[in-house]
Amino acid sequence: MSYELQVNGKKHRVDTDADTPLLYVLRNDLALNGAKFGCGLGQCGACTVMLDGAPVMSCIVPVSVVGARPVRTVEDLGTAAQPGVLQQAFIDEQAAQCGYCIAGMIMRAQALLDRHPAPTDEQIRSHMMPNLCRCGTHMRILRAVRRAADTMGKARRGDRP
Amino acid sequence: MNAPDLRRRALLLAGGSLTLAFSLAPAWAQGEGGAKGKGKLPGSLEKEPWLDAWIRIDADNAVTVFTGKAELGQGIKTALLQVAAEELQVNPARIRLVTADTARTPNEGYTAGSHSMQDSGTALRHAAAQVRFILAGMAAQRFQVAESAMTLRDGVFEAPDGRRATYGELLAGRQLHLRADGKAPLRPRATHTVSGKPLRRTDIPAKVTGGAAYVQDLRLPGMVHARVVRPPAQAARLESADTDSIAHLPGVLKVVRDGRYLAVIADGEYRAVKAATALARATGWSVPASLPGTKNVPADVRARPAEAMPILERGAAQAGGKTLSATYTRPWQLHASVGPSCAVAQLVDGRYTVWTHSQGVYPLRKALAELLGVEEDTIRCIHVEGSGCYGHNAADDVAADAALLARGYPGRPVRVQWMREEEHAWEPFGPAMLVDVRATLGLDGRIADWEYAVTSPSHNNRPGKAGNLLAATHLARAFTPPPGKPIPQPEGGGDRNAIPYYVLPNARVTHRFQQNAPLRTSALRSLGAYCNVFAIESFMDELALAANADPVAFRLRHLDDPRAIDVVKLAAEKFGWNRGKPGARRGRGFAFARYKNLAAYCALALEVEVARETGFVRIVRAVAAVDCGEVVNPDGVRNQIEGGIIQSASWTLLEQVRFDQRQVQTVDWASYPILRFNQVPQKLEVHLIDRPGQPFLGTGEASQGPAAAALANAVAQAAGVRVRDLPLDRARMRAAK
Repeated sequence: MSYELQVNGKKHRVDTDADTPLLYVLRNDLALNGAKFGCGLGQCGACTVMLDGAPVMSCIVPVSVVGARPVRTVEDLGTAAQPGVLQQAFIDEQAAQCGYCIAGMIMRAQALLDRHPAPTDEQIRSHMMPNLCRCGTHMRILRAVRRAADTMGKARRGDRP
Repeated sequence: MNAPDLRRRALLLAGGSLTLAFSLAPAWAQGEGGAKGKGKLPGSLEKEPWLDAWIRIDADNAVTVFTGKAELGQGIKTALLQVAAEELQVNPARIRLVTADTARTPNEGYTAGSHSMQDSGTALRHAAAQVRFILAGMAAQRFQVAESAMTLRDGVFEAPDGRRATYGELLAGRQLHLRADGKAPLRPRATHTVSGKPLRRTDIPAKVTGGAAYVQDLRLPGMVHARVVRPPAQAARLESADTDSIAHLPGVLKVVRDGRYLAVIADGEYRAVKAATALARATGWSVPASLPGTKNVPADVRARPAEAMPILERGAAQAGGKTLSATYTRPWQLHASVGPSCAVAQLVDGRYTVWTHSQGVYPLRKALAELLGVEEDTIRCIHVEGSGCYGHNAADDVAADAALLARGYPGRPVRVQWMREEEHAWEPFGPAMLVDVRATLGLDGRIADWEYAVTSPSHNNRPGKAGNLLAATHLARAFTPPPGKPIPQPEGGGDRNAIPYYVLPNARVTHRFQQNAPLRTSALRSLGAYCNVFAIESFMDELALAANADPVAFRLRHLDDPRAIDVVKLAAEKFGWNRGKPGARRGRGFAFARYKNLAAYCALALEVEVARETGFVRIVRAVAAVDCGEVVNPDGVRNQIEGGIIQSASWTLLEQVRFDQRQVQTVDWASYPILRFNQVPQKLEVHLIDRPGQPFLGTGEASQGPAAAALANAVAQAAGVRVRDLPLDRARMRAAK
């Protein structure tokens, strides 16, 4: 089957089986590394991307149901040379050990900050619940999301960082 | 300066490498042969003494540093870069670091046991210092000036008159093929500009932006995908397999059946997943009731045969005084990497290339050679990062899968990634363990007698032999796993940290080693130290209570190593141990250990709140103090200690493998939950005591044991009852009243 997908602001046409999860299409057809296979069961969040602005576990979303809804992955937030605000916050807080879960963490956090630009610490904690980190980098991840929210808040108010 | 006389050095250039002439100062001559009989060379230089195995400098002054250790997410690449950059006096951003690769790097065995800084960091430090030292002599000779008159900046010497020479120009394309001697002067700590300072990890930018960072991200030309269908249990017998019905599924390139080893190779990853799922449904197995089950893990551990090995006999048994005894247990637990293990292998013209996240590319190569029946030199194993492994997980097993499948599908790169259920059910487990301890308190409030026995299967079933690779045990011509071996003291395996670090005049410690275990076991981060420190430090609290002593004061009463005393006092002070009292439902706990009794020191205080109705344990705050010798990357150390505390909290509060008499039942994150954001500490601090000039002591495993014990001690105080069987999960906490 052939599908037209909107990924990171660009149209892509992919030929794949209808039941292929979005994760495999992103990784193998579009060569995007960010979303990771963790469980294939929607339990760990390593594959988190944004679909129409909401965080989804792309390992359990068949490509056939995506339709025209925009997909956003961590690659859309910035690059190693020019990281986005959240990515920079993760770098500043050194919020990774093995880092395998981090792209998913960042996309879940981005979805929060898009809807709640000034979250409380408790909101951040509770929002990040679905995503697992095995290295125990949680404290730094929480700090990175906090830092990004504060940076974005300052930018909105016109403060110079 | 105790260095050789540089002015008498002569250098001969020959055959593209630089060799020292032997008409040299005696110090150099000794250095040449120093590896033998003259005391050991520092770190891994003992195994690989050639300087150009570690450091190579091109004519254009590009610097490449080699290590046999691998990045596992612990930040070792960055710390090693710092060490090399410091002694070479080269900007770390300009150094290319090549990690574990059987074709390119020294053989440093496994990246394990918190050894990387001791082994590779120490080797690189001395190798780099010697390279700088030799080059300084060459530059001085070229300029005809005293070395002390030159300046060195980013690999460029400058003479007082402004003449310059880069490392690369001095070597002119040749390499320093010289034996390390471990004698070159190290840069004094006060002059350090890179080592000991926070340096951002070099691998993080790619990891947060979707760069290619992992073996999972390799996409080689012509690559195909494979998935394996495992038996339901190790003892299962394959009764039937309808492979023909699978061969015609879309995208299937090959269906493999070799004994009870079943796999599919397909042109797309999800097609391989679907075909493997279909193949699993098209197989019939008989599964004997061969396992003990996990209904009563302590009883099962105690019932299995064990060989008693005394590891400490000091003083004489003392009677009298108050005697306490207790039994502590730890269940079967998982590495449970978030990313299932993955490898890519390719066979071209009789030569294999295997991209793997194994902790030991050389031992893996040896095991693969035996498995494939080929010479070791026909296999190249290249380390590429994977998801964090926390010890011997399925990394080697999946490399064996990829190599076996590549053999049957030559020419094309074959990528295999395990499924979640496979990783949970088939990785080598951290074994269930049991500790019996009895101690007598003297009238002086000190421990007069100590008797301790730890019962455990092997924590060391890493490859080296084909039989250690899961797939090899399922083939028609199956390899038998070699018998599990104990790791000798002082590092120990199941008995790691079984000898208390306290002053105990009369003590007996026994390792009851179990050669056979119902399931495959191997190294899980900190090995037996997790359970032994949990047991010893829990019992220290029980003894302190019986002695009417404060737990911190009671520990200090039994410590004589000043560095141990310092971390205990620092953790207590930063936590405010003596300030205030915990509120209702809250408890405070303390613990200390020196990892392996010879590596990093870690003391930890924490406060918890226990909800009696639900059994939920919340960590209010935790404060750790750590001494890991000379600190190379302070933030890297903190990251490792924080991670160790949180991972240990997850083991301690939540984790246990369950199996019935036939097979493992905990095969996903629902049946084997780990700590989520709601249960990590509200606040977590790590304080470091830097010890300039002291040997590097790794930190990857220093906090696991203390975190478990401090948590157990805090929970005991909060709940008013001590639970000695892990995990302290909700069910157990609700039942403990």
